[in-house]
Amino acid sequence: MKSITRQKPFEEIKQQLDGFDRVFIIGCGTCTTMTKTGGIEQVLEMKSQLQEIDKLVSGWTVIPIACDEMSEVAMKENDRAIQNSNCALIMSCALGVHRISTYIDRPVIPALDTLFIGVEDTPGYFREVCAQCGQCIIGETAGICPITACHKGLVNGPCGGTNNGKCEVDKEKDCAWTLIYERLKAQKRLDLMRKYQPPHNFQASPRPRTVKIS
Amino acid sequence: MVSSFKEVLNSGKFVITSEVAPPKGTNLEKTLHHIELLKDKVDAINVTDHQSSVMRFPSIGGCLAIKEMGGEPILQMTCRDRNRLALQAELLLASTRGINNVLCLTGDAIPVGDHKEAKGVFDLDSLQLLKTVRLMESGQDLGGNDLDGAVEFCAGATVTPEAQPLEPQIIKFEKKIEAGAEFFQTQGIYDLDNFTKFMEHARQFPVKILAGIILLSSARMAKFMTANVPGIFVPQSIIDELAAMPKEEMLNKGIEIAGRMIAALKKGSICDGVHIMAIGKEEVVPDILAAAGF
Repeated sequence: MKSITRQKPFEEIKQQLDGFDRVFIIGCGTCTTMTKTGGIEQVLEMKSQLQEIDKLVSGWTVIPIACDEMSEVAMKENDRAIQNSNCALIMSCALGVHRISTYIDRPVIPALDTLFIGVEDTPGYFREVCAQCGQCIIGETAGICPITACHKGLVNGPCGGTNNGKCEVDKEKDCAWTLIYERLKAQKRLDLMRKYQPPHNFQASPRPRTVKIS
Repeated sequence: MVSSFKEVLNSGKFVITSEVAPPKGTNLEKTLHHIELLKDKVDAINVTDHQSSVMRFPSIGGCLAIKEMGGEPILQMTCRDRNRLALQAELLLASTRGINNVLCLTGDAIPVGDHKEAKGVFDLDSLQLLKTVRLMESGQDLGGNDLDGAVEFCAGATVTPEAQPLEPQIIKFEKKIEAGAEFFQTQGIYDLDNFTKFMEHARQFPVKILAGIILLSSARMAKFMTANVPGIFVPQSIIDELAAMPKEEMLNKGIEIAGRMIAALKKGSICDGVHIMAIGKEEVVPDILAAAGF
């Protein structure tokens, strides 16, 4: 499981850095290293891109797990270079950006967009399989989440746009309901597809979502 | 109030519906012209709801116009653009204005339309919307509250008899019937043998099935739809028939083909009626009916 990210267009990064001449860059040794959006290589590449537009890079680091509380130690270790910057450009997912924002007094600028929590199907191919909706029905849909895998998030069967097992939105994407149908059929559990699924409870865990474990 | 369309559906006569598309803008001239042309020739007129996810004048606005002009409207409602509060509110409005027929649809996806960055709502799906109609008829809303004045609708849905694979569609079709669908307007069909097979199955259910007839205006359109529109399959013999015509004669051939199919469906008592979709060529619907012998 990885937090899947994509680098923002450089123009957008440049615009966010407007007025900040001295930048400290932070990468992450976990998800963004795996997805090649915030590992050492990408951080160094960002460093030279920033230097090309006349930014001073006061320092850089790649924290082992940016979203972990251990990031506080990493920030302390780099305190001098951070104090020598106007802002931190962060190449982790938004969880890491958020975590770091609580440890430093400099403005934090995300260099990446956080897309989804995905699993790696084949090397380098990440796919979203759970939307973390708080109301899991995959016991009745053969382990495939229609809220996530169907473009429209339909829970009562396919729409009329399904086409030879593909989705009307993207011919490369599988129709979730064709996959569910095939698996349920193989399991001789097609009766589950006939079950009416009531409207989803979008307030199963009202936003912002929190949990306290006692 | 029982809808007059429901009475027609239950009368045993071969039912004919068609549809109009509202304009993109405030100029209603063309839509009103199409309504005028159709209102006395068909049993009810659907008004599309941001068809293909393209923003337009609303379906309910078109339905109100049909009422004002003395026609019988079918309100198309998709779940793409409104959450459950807005959908229920619109059902209340429709009910108070004598719009008593509703076609419950999931709706096309946002990316196929002209507002590609919009949020697709899909708070409910077509089945849940059908159930909502029936719940509101019982005097309750989805929040479990009592309504001060219930609604009454003749509620319909769609089915794609040529979908591949077909079984998931059939399961959903049966779920829609359980959810309260009284009539179905199918996706466009061209292969009468395939459709007859579908009807052999569908006949066991107490619903009325109106076969979707989409006017083919050229051989190119027929090929394009077969290749690109999910659930549409135009047999090669029909494509060849169109392709053999000079360009300016293709539309007339398409009218003849549509008329011929309607006549065959009626003659064979294959289904309960037809829903004619002329897609931008609504002015020729009377010609299609004439070609069918009406």
